[in-house]
Amino acid sequence: MSFVKGLQCRECKHGYEVAPIHVCEFCFGPLEVVYDYEAISKVLTKEKILSRPPNMWRYQELMPLDQEPTVGREVGYTPLIRADRLAKVLGVKELYIKNDAVNYPTLSFKDRVVSVAISKAKEFGFKTVGCASTGNLANSVAANAASAGLESFIFIPHDLEQGKVLGTLVFKTNLIGIKGNYDEVNRLCSEIAAKYQWAFVNINIRPFYAEGSKAMAYEIVEQLGWKTPQHIISPMAGGSLITKLWKAFKEMETLGLIKKNTARVYGAQATGCSPITTAVKKGSELFEPQRPNTICKSLAIGNPADGFYAARVMRDSGGWGEDVSDEEIIEAMKLLASTEGIFAETAGGVTLGVAKKLIEQGRLPKDESIVLCITGNGLKTQEVLLGKCGEPQIIEAKIRQFDELYEKMGA
Amino acid sequence: MAKVRIPTPLQKLAENQAELEVSGTSVKEVLANLEAKYPGFQERLYDDKGQLRRFINFYVNEEDIRFADGEATILKEDDELSIVPAIAGG
Repeated sequence: MSFVKGLQCRECKHGYEVAPIHVCEFCFGPLEVVYDYEAISKVLTKEKILSRPPNMWRYQELMPLDQEPTVGREVGYTPLIRADRLAKVLGVKELYIKNDAVNYPTLSFKDRVVSVAISKAKEFGFKTVGCASTGNLANSVAANAASAGLESFIFIPHDLEQGKVLGTLVFKTNLIGIKGNYDEVNRLCSEIAAKYQWAFVNINIRPFYAEGSKAMAYEIVEQLGWKTPQHIISPMAGGSLITKLWKAFKEMETLGLIKKNTARVYGAQATGCSPITTAVKKGSELFEPQRPNTICKSLAIGNPADGFYAARVMRDSGGWGEDVSDEEIIEAMKLLASTEGIFAETAGGVTLGVAKKLIEQGRLPKDESIVLCITGNGLKTQEVLLGKCGEPQIIEAKIRQFDELYEKMGA
Repeated sequence: MAKVRIPTPLQKLAENQAELEVSGTSVKEVLANLEAKYPGFQERLYDDKGQLRRFINFYVNEEDIRFADGEATILKEDDELSIVPAIAGG
């Protein structure tokens, strides 16, 4: 049972039937899924949501599928942690971490969007799926395609982290490394998608795919006791997640699931790839593309598809955009791990690093609720920490050696 | 003559061709000549303020023209100009 009315161009509002298409043929604007919210509000109550299993399909009426999901049924409903130890270090009162580093099955928020995209691709009748990826999406498409019995073609920059490359290959996909950065991979994939009749999750399936991100926001609201956080910080690569978090908060207000959306939304980037935060800080409507140069490869998109809309969300919500250096990213990864026991990937370091900076700047108040969106797992980007967390102490299996070591360590 | 690669939504304007040979020495000139040959391109590629549309990217030999001289970017004989929808990826 679907509540989808169709697709609509976000710019010129031209309407389209549901189909594997992603841009308006008149103005090239992005196509977006339009729902019948009146009908949804009649069936989707808090009681109904709470009666369902703890995964993102608790909100399936707000997902663009015609049938029950067939891929990633267990995705989502990741923990929202009250991070008091980290809060103390940062000097704030109420801090939470939405931890998608433990999402199912590939440990990043991309499992949300991919479960929607591949379920939809199956509804459309595709037998082959694909994507352009900075790593996490590659892992998720490969895994979910394998479990769905579909063939997959995955395109990545050739120099990604080992964990992300192996974590894709293991699923027996067709992995193609492109000699170039993500923006070049993306351009090539747009041309491939036009030529080959495949479901490219973030190209021709993109309007459906992107909707999966909304579930992260629905869950945060539910986990906070049916209210929006006062401040939420999201990492930005292509800028899609942050726009969908905002859309989800507004939908919950429309549906009466919350009284009012009072969230301010902040976007985080690495300084070495900061087209969106640079535009926000300059007060500019348009962003300038950049050539990425940062250890945070998962966010290294110099020409972000949703950059324009992401900047607008920050402006409209009263939030802000900020970026941090590679050193600050590493410090933040270590801080998150040592205070909360959460090993986030580099993008998590970007999010926390930016939160710290915004608190120091006074842009984030110290006595209001703040949620940090952690979107990927640190086990996938271990290289950046090599030699930066110390070394194990190696001894022989002799009690005397340990006694000596212990004494030395205590000194 | 430059080779111009046409994205799917615009191929209808050019007798369903995916690639065309168009004369001109800059992006701006090639696009103007494209319009002269196949009317209709101009209004799809430019907004009502006469700016290239926000959601289309232009590449000369795989290089985004915003990293070069924008519309003034020079095109030499046999250079390729790709017109690619910007909304993709991420």
